[in-house]
Amino acid sequence: MAEAKREPRDYGLQQIGAARIDGPLVVVERARDVGYDEIAEIVGEDGRIRIGRVLDVSDRQVVLQVLEGTTGLSNRATRTRFLGENFRLSVSADMLGRVYDGLGRPIDGGPAPLALERRDINGMPINPTARHYPREFIQTGLSAIDGMNALVRGQKLPIFSGNGLPHDRVSAQIVRQARLIDASVDFSIVFGAMGVKHDVAEFFIRNFEESGVLARVVMFLSLADAPSVERLLTPRMALTMAEHLAFDCGQHVLVLLTDMTNYCESLREVGTARGEIPGRKGYPGYLYSDLASLYERAGRIVGSTGSITQMPILTMPSDDISHPVPDLTGYITEGQIVLDRDLTHRGVYPPIAGLPSLSRLMKDGIGKGFTRDDHPALASQLFACYARVKRVRGLADVVGAEELGALDKLYLKFGEAFEQRFLNQGEDENRPIATTLDIGWETLSILPRDELHRVSDALLDVHYAQGVAAAASAKGDPL
Amino acid sequence: MSTSSDSPHVTRISGPIITASGLAAAQMYEVVRVGASGLIGEVVKLNHGQATIQVYEDTTLLAPGAPVQLTGAPLSVLLGPGLIGNIYDGIQRPLPGIQAQSGAWIRRGEKVAPLDTERRWHFVPVLRAGADVEPGQVIGTVAETPLVEHRILVPPELAGTLRHVAPEGDYTLLDPVAEVATAAGPREIALMQRWPVRVPRPIRERLRITEPLVTGQRIIDTLFPIGKGGTAAIPGGFGTGKTITQHQLAKWSDADIIVYIGCGERGNEMTEVLREFPEIRDPKSGLPLMDRTILIANTSNMPVAAREVSIYTGITLAEYYRDQGRSVAVFADSTSRWAEALRELAARLEEMPAEEGFPATLPTRLAQFYERAGSVTTLAGERGAITIVGAVSPPGGDFSEPVTQHTQRFIRCFWALDSELANARHYPSINWLRSYSEYAGDVAAWWGARAADWSELRAEAIGVLQREERLQQIVKLVGPDVLPDSQRLILFIAELLKDGFLTQSAFDDKDMYCDPVRQMTLLRLILNLYLKGRELVQQGAPLLKIQQLPAVPGIVRAKSAFGNDEQAALGRLGAELAAQLEALAGEYRK
Ligand SMILES: Nc1ncnc2c1ncn2[C@@H]1O[C@H](COP(=O)(O)OP(=O)(O)OP(=O)(O)O)[C@@H](O)[C@H]1O
Ligand SMILES: [Mg+2]
Repeated sequence: MAEAKREPRDYGLQQIGAARIDGPLVVVERARDVGYDEIAEIVGEDGRIRIGRVLDVSDRQVVLQVLEGTTGLSNRATRTRFLGENFRLSVSADMLGRVYDGLGRPIDGGPAPLALERRDINGMPINPTARHYPREFIQTGLSAIDGMNALVRGQKLPIFSGNGLPHDRVSAQIVRQARLIDASVDFSIVFGAMGVKHDVAEFFIRNFEESGVLARVVMFLSLADAPSVERLLTPRMALTMAEHLAFDCGQHVLVLLTDMTNYCESLREVGTARGEIPGRKGYPGYLYSDLASLYERAGRIVGSTGSITQMPILTMPSDDISHPVPDLTGYITEGQIVLDRDLTHRGVYPPIAGLPSLSRLMKDGIGKGFTRDDHPALASQLFACYARVKRVRGLADVVGAEELGALDKLYLKFGEAFEQRFLNQGEDENRPIATTLDIGWETLSILPRDELHRVSDALLDVHYAQGVAAAASAKGDPL
Repeated sequence: MSTSSDSPHVTRISGPIITASGLAAAQMYEVVRVGASGLIGEVVKLNHGQATIQVYEDTTLLAPGAPVQLTGAPLSVLLGPGLIGNIYDGIQRPLPGIQAQSGAWIRRGEKVAPLDTERRWHFVPVLRAGADVEPGQVIGTVAETPLVEHRILVPPELAGTLRHVAPEGDYTLLDPVAEVATAAGPREIALMQRWPVRVPRPIRERLRITEPLVTGQRIIDTLFPIGKGGTAAIPGGFGTGKTITQHQLAKWSDADIIVYIGCGERGNEMTEVLREFPEIRDPKSGLPLMDRTILIANTSNMPVAAREVSIYTGITLAEYYRDQGRSVAVFADSTSRWAEALRELAARLEEMPAEEGFPATLPTRLAQFYERAGSVTTLAGERGAITIVGAVSPPGGDFSEPVTQHTQRFIRCFWALDSELANARHYPSINWLRSYSEYAGDVAAWWGARAADWSELRAEAIGVLQREERLQQIVKLVGPDVLPDSQRLILFIAELLKDGFLTQSAFDDKDMYCDPVRQMTLLRLILNLYLKGRELVQQGAPLLKIQQLPAVPGIVRAKSAFGNDEQAALGRLGAELAAQLEALAGEYRK
């Protein structure tokens, strides 16, 4: 990185005055030898130091984005000092158990960590030849995830939620329960909060505390009352931390980022202030690339035993999955867990939507030698049957459930059982994968065997009969 | 670091687009080196010695005043043995070489040669000194991989008399293996040549498409076939199966060479190809698929300017193998990310945007890309082909957006993916009503020579699916029970077609590749049931009796139960079904 750290110069030199101030942007003229993406300290009459970042630089002017707001800055008295490097975070494993603000400054009263190494928070792209393909099944103890949308170590799997849906509870439960089947290695957790309220942050802190993992968590909090541009750096702080823990210290790291929608709004704000041509819903045209520069910082690499598993959380404005934020996220991540308002209304927890949820890495992490040989076929069959349930329900709404044929009625019954027995579970209930699969068979066995054509006869011979017996005994009636 | 005011230097930096002055001597599209670490860039605009430069690497901390160096050449790729099996970034830097140099991360200013110039290749001449040579002619061959015989060609702009040809032996890419006396003087030919990526390589003439690219994917080969030399788009919202479908095609298509361009997509997907392809055997030769594959990986987090070029890099490599008389298939995942790179660069260039911020040149650029496909006669008079399949990622899965719309004007085969099918895990989620192929007529003769009833079965299957769609409108309102058996038969057969024929799991060992014979057998099985069933229903047999025939559940399972080498078992199932239908017919014959 020849350019990353430039030759020393007199960084003490200050530039006095700002030609233009507009929203989060400050334009400084006649600054010399300033680099693209360089950071600067900007001081107003109040003496407060704000951090800024160079967005555009020419031999005539420098456009800076001020991360902590431009309130109180004036054309005349603004002083800018360029620091000769781009944004960096000091990283060390000692940071576990600590809380930082959105720009990486400690806010828990503890000392700043010993700066072993200062890392460029933008990171570098992982060479695809140096990636290990993620394959290790993580048991979350939630049937909807383990059974049908399995998570593997090194995956990026977001939660698509809506306002008022229990995404925080679901992700907290995942943090509490996530384990590899046969290993006892614990996850370290990096938590990045962007623009969420204090009570959300407190909910997570309390949860980390209660489940005894607090000492293994690093938090970066840029809460709702922090300047919104600060949020653009917070996930990069979190991921830089995670990369250090995973790839230098060999830890398995789970990164929670919430709420990505707030992050994207900040990006939109800056884009608008710069007068950029807006894309869909006013978001910048480079939103995809920008999000990718975050989400792609997950995975496993050759030569390190660690891994980064990402679980970003986002709220879909008006529950609209085609909104640019969930849409572009879905185009980058390796699947998505979608929370469903309708299921919540019907008291199903976790309200994980059966059809739109998807884990793309599931296929390589389940089945024989990973979970159980019947897992892939069972999942595929559950999806197919539940899709039919949705169609039958649509029909029932029109013609009335009584008018349905016998088979369709069975499908309704299956749908009910699937939602209430399989999807639905307690917030403290940690189901082993075998239990999840057995419940799956039990619900499928409500349907006639010939309907289950995604499953081979050999598997049906073993599991279908079992399912019938289980379903019968659950109901208490003899076969 | 600052330089005297008139030597070329940077004056402005805005992400990947920079301006520099002192460049009156620069040419359009010339490659430049920027700054102390020599970042690679390309001149994209010239104005009174001020050049606008697109930089292919991260420009963080680059400052005005940094020096700019001209290289004198346009952005080009190196062509020669050693391309196959390799994986490159968008500007043809080999990723394994970068890994060897820098470890797991891609740093800025990486400099690694695209081809190994020290390695020796075994050259076998096919021409002798004294022969007159034309552009594109084969001078000799090199066994590049067990699957690919690499032909060393006279470069396209060169003709004359061979003064010298090297004897059979081992040579590096730099060693001259021939010398040609041309009108402009003697010229040496080595095993390696260069070609600018933005210029299509010349051909002699374009040919009509007559042969399908057999993909082993039923819904494609049977319903929406693509010809060798054709173009197809595969649009779909996130998670509908664009990548998996393209991987399937890259694995199983009967092309000689595969060029797979991961353009602005996930790193893990490229890793997956790298992990899988060496393990999978080509069904024809039994050799690893990697022996015929070139990968270009400019993932979503790699520099956006290099993403823009990656498409051209890929297609130029494809043309080079086409010129050797090969059938090449190019997969680009995703052309939308490429279009977005254009948009991002255009915005930085402060160009006037057209639809949805895309530059007004978007349609032209798409057309130019797809025009590089085709079935052709090469300069040397051989037959070669490039088939292009481009994934399209429309925002919100809505096909009315500019990239999908314009792409549709330049392709002839459209595989529309459908989120609803994908949600129901009906894969491949190609919607049979919205998709089309204009090649069906072109390849009918080829298929007819192998399965006389191909056109007929195809038309029948499409007919059933279309009628089902209309009936479903009624069913949605009143339920299926009011329909007469003759119509419910159509619903039943359509269901069988979907579950037993159209769906094909990429992860089912027996079914991931379905050879043409088995495709036809499976389709005949279902459509026979339809034709016989229709007669039976007419004769008064209740549909239920047909549905309950013991062989019926086996029809849906047949695709996963019997692989390509189990035709006999499939035949037995067909015979059983026929016998049961016959017996049933017996009951209802007056
Ligand atoms: N033919 C198939 N057989 C089995 N599964 C499939 C098939 N096609 C798609 N899938 C499933 O769908 C998932 C998503 O497919 P894929 O990654 O190809 O989507 P995509 O359209 O490329 O999405 P994106 O635009 O986000 O890249 C896969 O992970 C796989 O589970
Ligand atoms: Mg894809």
